[in-house]
Amino acid sequence: MNYRLETALKSSLKDPEGENLRKKAKDYFNIELEKVRTINVLLFDLPISETEFEFVSKEIFSNPVTETYSFSHIEEDFDFCIRVGFRPGVCDTAGNTAVEAISDILSKKFPKDSGVYTGKRYCIKGKDLSMEKMDLLASELLANDTVQSWNIYSKDFVSKNGFPKDLIPKVILNHEPEVLEIKFSSDEELNKISNERNLALNPNDVPIIREYFFDEKVILKRKEFNLSNPTDLELEFIAQARSDHCNHNTFQGKFYYKDKDTGEEFVIDNLFKTCIKEPTIKLKNELDWVVSVLWDNAGSAVFDDTYNYTITGETHNSPSNMEAYGGSLTGIVGVYRDPLGTGLGSKLIMGSYGFCTGLRDYNGELKPKLHPRRLLDGIIEGVKDGGNKSGVPTTFGQVYFDNRYIGKCLVYVTALGLMPKEVNNKPCHEKETSPGELIVMCGGRVGKDGIHGVTASSETFSENTPAGHVQIGDPYTQKKMHDFLLEARDLGLMTFITDNGGGGLSSSIGESARLSGGCVVNLEKVPLKYEGLDPWEIWISESQERMTAAVTKENIDKFLSLSAKHEVESTVIGEYTNSGMLHVKWNEDTIAYVDIDLPEKGFPQWIFEAEWSSPKSRGMTEPVITPPKDYNSLCLKLISSPNMSSKKWITRQYDHEVQGTSVIKPLTGVNRNVPSDASVIRPNLESEKGLLFTQTINPGFSDIDTDNMTRLVVDEAFRRLVVTGADPEKIGGVDNFCWPAITYDEKTNPDGKLKAAKLVRSCLALKDICLEYKIPLLSGKDSMYVDGHLKGPYGETRKVSAPESLQFSATGIMDDCKKAVTSGFKFSGDRIYLLGKTFDELGGSEFYSLLNEKGVNIPKVYQKTNLEIYKKYFNANEKNLVNSGKSLGKGGLFTALAFSSIAGGFGAEIYLEKVLKGENLEDFKILFSESSGRILVSVSKENIEEFENLMGSSNCCHIGFVREDKNFIVNSGSDKIISLSVDDLESAFEKRFGELV
Amino acid sequence: MMKVKALVLTGFGLNCDNETAHALTLAGAEADKVHINDLVNKNVLVKDYKILAFGGGFSWGDEHGAGVLQAIRMKSHFGEDLQKFVEQDNLIIGICNGFQTLVNIGLLPGFDTKSMERKVALINNDHGNFIDDWIYLNAEKGSNCVFTKGLETFELPIRHGQGKLYTDNETLKKIEENNQAVLRYSSKEGKKAENKFPENPNGSLNDIAGLCDSTGRVFGLMPHPEAFVHWTHHPQWSVMKHEMKKKNQDLFDSGIPEGLKIFRNAVDYFS
Repeated sequence: MNYRLETALKSSLKDPEGENLRKKAKDYFNIELEKVRTINVLLFDLPISETEFEFVSKEIFSNPVTETYSFSHIEEDFDFCIRVGFRPGVCDTAGNTAVEAISDILSKKFPKDSGVYTGKRYCIKGKDLSMEKMDLLASELLANDTVQSWNIYSKDFVSKNGFPKDLIPKVILNHEPEVLEIKFSSDEELNKISNERNLALNPNDVPIIREYFFDEKVILKRKEFNLSNPTDLELEFIAQARSDHCNHNTFQGKFYYKDKDTGEEFVIDNLFKTCIKEPTIKLKNELDWVVSVLWDNAGSAVFDDTYNYTITGETHNSPSNMEAYGGSLTGIVGVYRDPLGTGLGSKLIMGSYGFCTGLRDYNGELKPKLHPRRLLDGIIEGVKDGGNKSGVPTTFGQVYFDNRYIGKCLVYVTALGLMPKEVNNKPCHEKETSPGELIVMCGGRVGKDGIHGVTASSETFSENTPAGHVQIGDPYTQKKMHDFLLEARDLGLMTFITDNGGGGLSSSIGESARLSGGCVVNLEKVPLKYEGLDPWEIWISESQERMTAAVTKENIDKFLSLSAKHEVESTVIGEYTNSGMLHVKWNEDTIAYVDIDLPEKGFPQWIFEAEWSSPKSRGMTEPVITPPKDYNSLCLKLISSPNMSSKKWITRQYDHEVQGTSVIKPLTGVNRNVPSDASVIRPNLESEKGLLFTQTINPGFSDIDTDNMTRLVVDEAFRRLVVTGADPEKIGGVDNFCWPAITYDEKTNPDGKLKAAKLVRSCLALKDICLEYKIPLLSGKDSMYVDGHLKGPYGETRKVSAPESLQFSATGIMDDCKKAVTSGFKFSGDRIYLLGKTFDELGGSEFYSLLNEKGVNIPKVYQKTNLEIYKKYFNANEKNLVNSGKSLGKGGLFTALAFSSIAGGFGAEIYLEKVLKGENLEDFKILFSESSGRILVSVSKENIEEFENLMGSSNCCHIGFVREDKNFIVNSGSDKIISLSVDDLESAFEKRFGELV
Repeated sequence: MMKVKALVLTGFGLNCDNETAHALTLAGAEADKVHINDLVNKNVLVKDYKILAFGGGFSWGDEHGAGVLQAIRMKSHFGEDLQKFVEQDNLIIGICNGFQTLVNIGLLPGFDTKSMERKVALINNDHGNFIDDWIYLNAEKGSNCVFTKGLETFELPIRHGQGKLYTDNETLKKIEENNQAVLRYSSKEGKKAENKFPENPNGSLNDIAGLCDSTGRVFGLMPHPEAFVHWTHHPQWSVMKHEMKKKNQDLFDSGIPEGLKIFRNAVDYFS
């Protein structure tokens, strides 16, 4: 039966959602609305009686205290009404939980094709409104056409015709599942098929695939199961496994590097192996706290005697670029399955985010798919819903604006977990599958979601990119699964667990079956959201919230009944074998029978040409600038620039205290608005041991040299942890590369060789600094093709490549979290010290960027010197000599001083001539240089002597003191060059985004 | 002596079970985390416990109103057991999503324990968004609430998108006359927030942050006491540490944080 219910807040109550639309219509489009009221629409397609429907409507779906309801349309006046609903097949958690609740309260089970569908109706009043304006609001603020549809009705229309009948967005495919045999006789034909079917096969892989299926032995083996030509499912399996996303072909590639300035040439055979794997293995052998790296969904390291922590970082750029909310939500919920699928499973303990988008007030002539402001709104909201509803604290995050991200935005998501070292006397970080064990799929059901997601993220975004791979994650379903799987782990019910992410079952089963040496899968047993999917679609669907586990026959009953208690769906869909073959069946028919290790067989390495020329030979120079006269205005302007100013409005939307582990929060200071250098949590509530985390990104340096960029980013992350109290000998890292396409093509990618050279330089620098600082890369990922082709004003499209971006995440340990250091000045009269030297290094700085300059004097990282400083600082803090510590980053000395002052609520008196510096450095360079390795420290009078003795004088200088009042004063000789109040600094820092909530 | 037994609900998207159980343990209770379905299936019975904790989280994803679906599930399967539990001199605390659930079950404001009527709602914050921040609270003097005994003006974190307390004038009047509005958002100095953001972070009527029932044994609040049971939970602990050190005192040896006091009060009720 079909029923309709509308609910809305009583008219006496404020409607925040409607109010939000009214405000955004004004702020974003200058459309004045008088009044907006939101009405919730529920469409029932359920076999229940009218009495039952009325009962559940009153009991469950309307609140007698605050809401009114109607079985047709709530009386609410409007000039225009916008009705928004999901497109068929899009995840509707509210609809699903409604079915769950009705089923429980009525004690009824419902057939699979029944459902509840939710939507909204916005009643809008205002003068001079039009269909066009409403369509703008609907498409820009209320709905995204990839996942939602909308209708607009005017008052006139409705009063004449009434409301049109609702369409229930039920998926009806009317398709009989089929398996296609793909015939081809040549490589050209296979390439053509690859294009037609969106397989994104690399043309170089095609001959290997052809050779395999034309091999006589293979033909003979396949004949036993009535197979000859490859099936659609088999080709999809190969395409998934060989995609750049799963196989990291770029990083595994061979790079021919040439320095055009010096003539130096060398070849790097496999960037990943040379620059990431080898140093990490070397460090793992040296450091006893590195547990498991380079193979699992996340890396793991020792936390304390009982626990290891796990960490990984991902990106979800392409989907977020198309559907910001769904893309980023799926990103965070997806990365949370990685630690859960590491070893035998770890509990999620924290997450973080990194967003790179165009400026919120972008006003250029190229038209991105979503305006940066809307994109950022959506991304923020997606990570909010995904993170908060997962019950995982989001303790850190960063945002970086650059208009070159309008081609494709970056959404970095990082997840950390905690696992016991042993479960049932077995190491928890190890796992394997064995013949005879059952393949169990847990969590959500399978639909058409995300088909070809993996191959799409391996392509550059264009107008024709299929929107089908966008999906909306469901943290509620995943949280239930998380709780269930950890209980199953502790009871010893699983031998293996991994997540279903990119590539779906094709990847999770394909990879896990390589351990046992084969599998038989009964694909018809996979539970579906709706009928009519072809087997190949089931095989590669990226429907979310699913994990694949191996369970012995002995444990399967216990496993399934525990799953039932948690109301998580788990289904046995096959068995691991040691036949050497991937054997997929559809009822009795065999639909795939290929060697399980086929994706590893002799595929050719990708080859790249990399050509470097130094910034100077690329025509870059240092800008010619005389010393400014009005430092006060300059400083206020700098601290209010988009990349410097407060992002409090984002941070506060994220629950960073759930789990009760918070020690150092993402924001610090008397007014809780200054970004912390690092976050600290206490994941084991029984102990005082702290886990530190930070992240850095600085793509502005990449235009000059990615070698320096990489060292700076790693050095800064390391330093931030040490400043906060981490032991410098136990710091781990995660690299997340996001790079534009690097394959040279005269027409489509003319600077490909330079971009490739930048990647090589970055990787080599990463290797060097990680070895020197002893940072094992616990995990890492790359996402290539960060380019977009955008429509211009004259009907042309133009390519926009993002700057080469490396986000570096770092983890650290402190034995006693009560020693954690914050950046705010603590007491008037405390001495302020600056550790490290300042040089003429403003290339790529925030100051130059404010003046629209780039420069060329990029900061160098003096690795040995810096390490010495960090170790001394660590000792000083262990001896309780440090009252505050702040690492110097974007905006240099000035910004660090301003942040420590704002956070502490105290002014400062600084003498620039005391700063240790290179020769002939002008004041503005001392203030705004971004030289590496520097830390601002405040120390109580009684500790001065001990602190100075410990630090020595070569890299430590006393530059001023904390004032009693709120005056922020910087002196150069006898001139007061900056004289501001801390309140002025604080309001400049807050003002840009201050109105946002 | 036998420890006081406390039950902390888990499952279906609840997410503060671990730290709530930890807080109760620190307060001296023996805390069990129990899946809601273990109560539905009668594998575990509430009557075997003295304290019942409805913790924070997003039960059923907060769909159809925060706490609504959890309340329906519990009321329809063991609503009477809950009623009896309260009548038999036991304690219930509902935190954030738990508070939202208690008002939807009708255990709060609970003018009489028999009716279980929905009289109060917790709806979207006035500013329309989820917010995580620390706020000041004033405990109502003269209330019979077991949990807030001895508390005056203190701080706790809030983390919610639907925390605005709303009810009709008559109910509001009755709540206040009975001294059941036991916690209110306030200024640092303990003055009324007067519905001003950010002191009142959600637009709650008359700044109400927490309620107890007429017996004083059922208590619900939007802020998170279990997130302030260790001094390092406080956003300014590092400053507090240094300031006390100046006075030759040790923050970590200076009594217990107010969040823990709430749980201690509950455990002490049975001694």
